[in-house]
Amino acid sequence: MNEFLQLFLWLPFIGFIVIMAVPAKKEKLIADLSISISFLLALLMLAFITKWFIVGMPLIDYKGIVLFETDEISIFIDLFFDKIAAVFSFMGAVMSFIVFRFSKFYLHRDPGFKRYFALMLLFLMSYNFVVLSGNFETLFLGWEIVGICSFLLIGFFRDRYLPVRNSLKVISLYRLGDIFLILAMWMSHHLWHQNITFLQLTDTNSVLEHISEHNWYAFFIALMIVLASMVKSAVFPFSSWLPRAMEGPTSSSALFYGALSVHLGVFLLLRTLNYWESLLLIKVLIFGIGILTSFVATSIASVQSSVKVQIAYASIAQIGLMFVEISLGFYELALLHFVGNACLRTYQLLVSPSVLGYKIHSMFFTFEPSKSSSGSTNFSTLKNSLYMLSLQEFRLDSLLQKYLWNPVKRVGNSLHFLSNPVALSMLFLLFVFGFSSTFFTSILPEYVHDSLPHLFSLLALLLIVRAFTEKQDPFFAWLFCVASQLFLTLSISLLNENFGQNHVLLYFSGAGIFALIGFLALARLKKLEPELSMLDFQGHSYEHPKLALVFLISCLGFLGLPFTPTFIGIDILFSHIHKHEELLIVFTALSFLIMEISILRIYARLFLGTHTKNYHPIAYRSS
Amino acid sequence: MVTTQVHENPITTATLFNESEVIELLKHYLPTQTPLKDFIHHNSLHAFQKSKFYDAIFQASEIFGFHVTLELNEYRKLIENKRISESSLNRAISEIIAEKDIEKWKQKVLHQSYSETFTPQIGTLRTNWKKHFHIDLDSLVQPLLFRLLCSYLDQGISTWKFPTEKGGFLESLQTLEKNSKISIFKSNRARLLFLNKHTSIKELLDILVGKEEFYTNYLIDLQFSHRGWSGMIAAIESNPSVLLDTKLISLKELILFELLLEIDALETTFGSKFKSLGEFLYGKPTNLFAPKAETELTTVLKILQNAFEWSYYDEVLAGIRAVPNHKTEKIITPTFQAIFCIDERECSLRRHVESCDTQSETLGSPGFFGVEFYFQPQGAKFYDKLCPAPVTPKFLIKESNVSAERPHDVLYDAKVQTLFGGLASTFTLGFAAAMRMFLNLFSPKMSPAISNAFAHMDSSSVLTIENKHLEDRENDLQIGFTLNEMAQRVEALLRGIGLTQNFAPLVYVVAHGSSSANNPHHGAHDCGACSGRPGSVNARVFAAMANHPKVRLQLQQNGITIPSATQFIGALHDTAADEMEFYDESVLSETNLDNHQIHKQTFEKALDLNAKERSRRFASVKTKSPLAKVRQAIKERSVSLFEPRPELGHGTNTLCIVGRRDLTKKLFLDRRAFLNSYDYRSDLEGNFLTGIMRPLGPVCGGINLEYYFSRVDNYKLGAGTKLPHHVMGLFGVANSCDGDLRPGLPLQMIEVHDPVRLLIIVEHFPEVILKSIQSSPDMYEWFINEWVHLIAYHPETKQTYRFKNGGFQLHTVLHSNPASVNETHTIIEQAKEMESNWIVDATLENLPVYTLN
Repeated sequence: MNEFLQLFLWLPFIGFIVIMAVPAKKEKLIADLSISISFLLALLMLAFITKWFIVGMPLIDYKGIVLFETDEISIFIDLFFDKIAAVFSFMGAVMSFIVFRFSKFYLHRDPGFKRYFALMLLFLMSYNFVVLSGNFETLFLGWEIVGICSFLLIGFFRDRYLPVRNSLKVISLYRLGDIFLILAMWMSHHLWHQNITFLQLTDTNSVLEHISEHNWYAFFIALMIVLASMVKSAVFPFSSWLPRAMEGPTSSSALFYGALSVHLGVFLLLRTLNYWESLLLIKVLIFGIGILTSFVATSIASVQSSVKVQIAYASIAQIGLMFVEISLGFYELALLHFVGNACLRTYQLLVSPSVLGYKIHSMFFTFEPSKSSSGSTNFSTLKNSLYMLSLQEFRLDSLLQKYLWNPVKRVGNSLHFLSNPVALSMLFLLFVFGFSSTFFTSILPEYVHDSLPHLFSLLALLLIVRAFTEKQDPFFAWLFCVASQLFLTLSISLLNENFGQNHVLLYFSGAGIFALIGFLALARLKKLEPELSMLDFQGHSYEHPKLALVFLISCLGFLGLPFTPTFIGIDILFSHIHKHEELLIVFTALSFLIMEISILRIYARLFLGTHTKNYHPIAYRSS
Repeated sequence: MVTTQVHENPITTATLFNESEVIELLKHYLPTQTPLKDFIHHNSLHAFQKSKFYDAIFQASEIFGFHVTLELNEYRKLIENKRISESSLNRAISEIIAEKDIEKWKQKVLHQSYSETFTPQIGTLRTNWKKHFHIDLDSLVQPLLFRLLCSYLDQGISTWKFPTEKGGFLESLQTLEKNSKISIFKSNRARLLFLNKHTSIKELLDILVGKEEFYTNYLIDLQFSHRGWSGMIAAIESNPSVLLDTKLISLKELILFELLLEIDALETTFGSKFKSLGEFLYGKPTNLFAPKAETELTTVLKILQNAFEWSYYDEVLAGIRAVPNHKTEKIITPTFQAIFCIDERECSLRRHVESCDTQSETLGSPGFFGVEFYFQPQGAKFYDKLCPAPVTPKFLIKESNVSAERPHDVLYDAKVQTLFGGLASTFTLGFAAAMRMFLNLFSPKMSPAISNAFAHMDSSSVLTIENKHLEDRENDLQIGFTLNEMAQRVEALLRGIGLTQNFAPLVYVVAHGSSSANNPHHGAHDCGACSGRPGSVNARVFAAMANHPKVRLQLQQNGITIPSATQFIGALHDTAADEMEFYDESVLSETNLDNHQIHKQTFEKALDLNAKERSRRFASVKTKSPLAKVRQAIKERSVSLFEPRPELGHGTNTLCIVGRRDLTKKLFLDRRAFLNSYDYRSDLEGNFLTGIMRPLGPVCGGINLEYYFSRVDNYKLGAGTKLPHHVMGLFGVANSCDGDLRPGLPLQMIEVHDPVRLLIIVEHFPEVILKSIQSSPDMYEWFINEWVHLIAYHPETKQTYRFKNGGFQLHTVLHSNPASVNETHTIIEQAKEMESNWIVDATLENLPVYTLN
C-alpha cells in the first residue's frame, strides 16, 4: 500500500509531461486531461485514506529513489503519510479539481491556456511533494517548484509590467524563505549526522535527547523553520507579497493564494512540530507572531477597497490564528481551520468579480450615509493613526524594499568597476590560482589556506550582487552569475579535502551545461535583437517564445531546480560547510539567495514585460 | 469659445502656465467612463470628434500611443483570406490617391514594408526622471495614490470607512493628517506644503519642474500616466451622482496631491536639495496637440481600412437590393405585432419570431420606447435612470406592492472579512462555500449573487404610471405622466416606427436586459437606450399608456385609431439566458389571453432557435444538440460563475438600418444590424426622421466605436482580459492591486468583433436625409467627420447614395448578389468556430449575408 504514495506524485507529473506534448490549440483535450487527473487523484486519495483509516492510521514512511549516495551522505526521496499529510493532500486534489474545472471555461481562448494548465499540474505535483514529504530534501524539492510555479503564474500575463514586476517581488521573498529552509537543512545534517526522516523525528525520546545536547543548534533549526513558514504563509512582517501575487487569472490566484500555497507555512509548522515542540521560546514566538498577524492583517483588511486584497488580508488574519492554535498545541483544530479557510477563500476569490453587482444592488436598498466623525480626541487620533497605517499596509512593502533589497542594490552599484577588463582579468587569475591551489593544498601556508574559502565565498557573494544590479548587458549579468557559482564551488572544495573531484564534476555537469545553453540562448537573442539592454523589461517573448522557453529552462537548470544534478550539487555543497563556519554559511546562503533572483531577473528583463517594439498594441506601464 | 481654442492649440497660445486651462484640457482628453454600475457606451476617442475620423485617430495615436487600426500585416492577411475584396481595395485606392498612381500604390498597399514602431509623445517629458535621476517616480507614488483615492471613493468594499469626508478629498485628507500620528508623507517638507491651505499647483511645479514653459506638458504626462484613475475622478467631479455614495473630489485636488507625493518621494530619495527636472530640460516643450502630417503608412492603412469596411458594406447593400419588395408578401392583419429594441442582438430573434409565425410582424425602436423617467424600486433609496444617457427625465415611476423579499447572500457579508467573524465563517460557511462551488460547477443556478435581468422590477408590482395631480412630486420629479404627456409619447413612437394602422389584436412591447454571473461589466450587456439597464419598466409603462382609454381617445383625435380590441403588453427578453417574461397579462381580454397563450408558444419556439443561432459561437454548447438541450446550456451560461462570456454583447455590430422591415426581412444579417423601423411613406417631409437619426450617432455609433477601439487596441483603449480583474471600490476594475483603472471593454467582449465603422442605411430620399442630419451640428458632426458611414436607399429608384464630403453621391455596389438559402439552420450548424481570437482568424467566424427564400 505504501508504494501508492508515489502515485500521487507521478500522476500530476505525467499529466504535465503529456500536456507539454499536446498542441496548444487543443484546449478541450488539455483541460479535460487536467480535470481527469485531479479527479483521479482525489478518488485514489480517498481510497487510500479509507484503507489507511481502516488499518488504524499508521504512520507510513516510504523510501523512494536514492538520488545520490556516498559513505557519509545519502540523498533520497522519502514520503511520509499521517493525519496532516492526509488532510493537506486530499484538500490539494479536491481544490485542484474544482479550480481546473472552473478554469476550463474561464480561460477559454486565452493564449496561455496550455501554459496555465501545465503549470497548474506542475504545481499540484510539487504541492504533493511538500505535503507527502518524508524528509527535508523531498520537502525542499517541492517547496522550490511551488515557488517557481508561483513566479510563472503571477507573471502569467507576461506582456504587462506590473505582473512581471510583482512576480519578481514575490519570488524574491519566496527565495528568502527557501534560504531559511536550506539553513535548517544544513544544520539538521550536522545535528543528526544523517538525512533524517520525519518518521525518525516522531521518536520523541531520541529527538529530546538530541535537542537537549545541542540546544543552540536545535533552536537555530526551529527558528529557521518558523521563518520559512512565516514567509510562505505571508504572516507579519512578510504579508505584503500576498496581495501582489494576485496578478494571474482569478482561478490560479484562488488555488494558490486562497487554498493551497499560502497554507504551506502552516503545514511546515505542523510537519516539523517535533523539532520545536519542546522549545518554549519558539512556541512563544509562533504564538506572538500569530497574534500580531491576526491583529495587523485584520486591520489592513478592513480598510481595503479592492476586493481581492481584502480577501488576501482576511485570509492572512485566519492564518495568524492558525499559528496561535498550533503554538498552543491544538493541531487538529488548526487542520480543520485550514480546510475551512481554504474553501472559503477559494470561493470568495473565484466569485470576487460578482461583488460589484451584488453589493451595488444591495446598496441600492440599504444605503445609509455615513456620519462624519472627525473628532480630535485622543481615541480618534489613535483610530486615525491605525487607519493610516493600515491603508499603507503598515508600510511593510516599502520596509522590505528599504531594508532588504536596497542595501543589496547599493552594494551592487558600487561594484560596477568589476566589469572593466582589468578587474575581470584579475578575477580570472584569482580563480586560476584558487583552482590550482586545490591540487597542492599542502604547500600553502596554513593561514592562507584557511582564509581562502572565506575569500572566495565573499567574492562569490560580491559577484552575484554585481550581477543583480547589472542594468545594461545581459552577458555580463550571466557571466557574473556563472563566475559567482565557480567561486562558490571553489571555496567549498578548498574547505574540504574530501570534497572529491566527482562532487565538483557532478555539480558542474548540471550547472555548466545550463550555463552554456543559457549563454548560447543569449547570443542568439543578441543576434536577433541587436539593441539588447536590461534597463527595462524588454518583452522579447512576444517574438521569440521558444527562445524564451529555452532560456528559462537553462536558468532553472543552472539554479539547480530539482531533478537536475545541480540540485543535488547544492545539497552536497551545503552539507560540506561545517556548523561552526558561520561566516562561510552566511556568504554562501546570501549568494544562493541572490543567485536565483539575479538569474530570474535576467530572464524577466529580457523576455517578459511590455514589448519594446510597439508595432502591435502594448500595455501602459501602470495597467 | 475660449475653451475650444485651447483644445486645438493649447501651448502656442500661452507659453506661460494657466492652471485652469490645463485642467479643462485634461478633462477634455481623459476617458469619460463613469462607474461600472452605469455602463454607457461612447466613442473612446470622443475628444477628437471635431476632426475627421482618420485625422483624429492617427493624431490620437501619435500623442497617446494607441493603436487605432489593425496592423499592416493583419490587413494583408485579410486580403489573402478574402475578407477584403480586390474590387473594394481598388476603389479605396482610387478614392484616396490620384488616378494615375493606382498600380504603384497597390504595390505599396500589398507589399511595401513600413516601420510601424513609433514613439508616442505622451510621457516623453517625465521619462527624464528616470533618465537623469534614475528614479522610478510612478512606482513610488502610484500605489499609495491609487489606494487613497480608492479608499476615499469606495462604495462599500471596505468595512472601515474613510474616517472623514467633510469638504472634499483634500480637506478630508488634511483633517486626517492633522489628527493622526501616522503621516501620509515621509518627508516633513511635503507634509507642511500639504497642510498649508495656500499651496498651489504652480508652486509645487516650481519645485518639481522649475521651468514654467514645461508645466503644461508635465501635468498632461502626469495625468496620462494613469488615465483610468484621472478619467474616473474627472467624471465623478463633473457629476457626483454617478456614485450612489456621493463623494466630493476634483481633478485639481488629485493633481495637487500627486505632485506633493512626487516631492515627498524625491525628498526621501535625494534629500531636501534635489534638483528640479527643469535643470535637465532645454529648448522648447513640444506642442503635443499640433496637427500631424500624413505619412505614407497612414495613407496605406486608411486605404486598407476603407477597403475592409466597404467589402462588407457592399455585400449588405447587394443583399438589400437583391430582395425585391414583392417577395415579402404583405400581411393584411398580423396575428400580433412585437416592438423590439433596435439592438442588433434582437435582429435574430425578430427573424425567428417571424419564421415561427409567418403572419406576425416585428418592429424596432430604441428600447426605452420613448418614455423617459427615473424608476424607484420598492424600498430603494435611489432612482434608476431609464432612458438614453444624455436625456434628463422629469418623471418618476415608483414601484409598490412587492411582496417578495430581496434575497441575501451571507457569503458577501462584511463580517466574513473580520477576525472573529472570519473565524466563525471558516468553520461554517467555509464548508458551505465548497459545496456551493461544486453545485455551481455542475449545475449552475440563479442565485442572489448573480445579476438577474428579471429582478430589475418585480413583475407583480404596481407602478405609478399615471400622474395623480401636478403637485404629486418627489425631489423635483413629477410622479407619473399626465394624460397629455402619455398621449404625446405613444403617438411619437407609433408614428416614428410607422405603426399607425393595421393594428394586430396584440402588440408586444419587448424590452431587453441581460443576466450574467461574476461579471463587473454586466451593465454593458443591458439596454443602451436605458442607460445600461434592463428596459422592463419602460416596456410595461409604454404598454400601460397605450392601453389607457383616454390616451387612445386623444390618439384618435390626432388620427391614430387603435381598435378597442387591440391590447399592448410589455415583456422583457433576457439576451443572455434567452428567456422572456410578460407583464400585466391580467389586463388581457379573454380572446386576447387565449391568443396570447398561443403567441407565447411562438416566442418560446423563436427563443429556442435564437439560442441555437447564438450557440454556434460558444465552445461549451453543441449547436447540433436537440433544441431543448441547447436552450438549457445557453441558460446555464448566464448563471455560471466560471463563464466570462455569458453572451457576446454588441460584438460584431456594424449596421444600422432605418426603414421598413421589408428591406431586411428576407436577409440573414448574422445579428450585426441595429434595426430601426421607419416608414418614409408616412413621413415624406422627414419630420420624424430627425428624431430617429439624432440618437443613432451617440447610441449606435458610440457602441460601435467603443467596440472598434477596444478591438484594435485592447491594451490601451480596452480593459484587457477579464481573467485577472480586481474590482476596485465597486466602481471600476484594475488589472493589479497597484494598477490603474481600466476603462473600455474587456477582451472577452470584443473577440468576435470586426473593427469597422457603423454603416447607417436609411430608406428615404437623399435630400430629405441630408436636411435631417444637417438640422443639428452635433448630429451632423458624426456624419461629416465620417465617424459613421451613411447610405441613402432611394425608395423609388432603389439606388444607393453614399454621403461624402457633405453631399450624397451615387454609390456603385461592387459585390454580386449574395447566395440564397431556404433556411438558416444548416448555415448555423455548419459554421466553423474561430481558431483563435486573432482578427485574421476571428473574422472568419462572421457569416456572409444570405438572402432567404
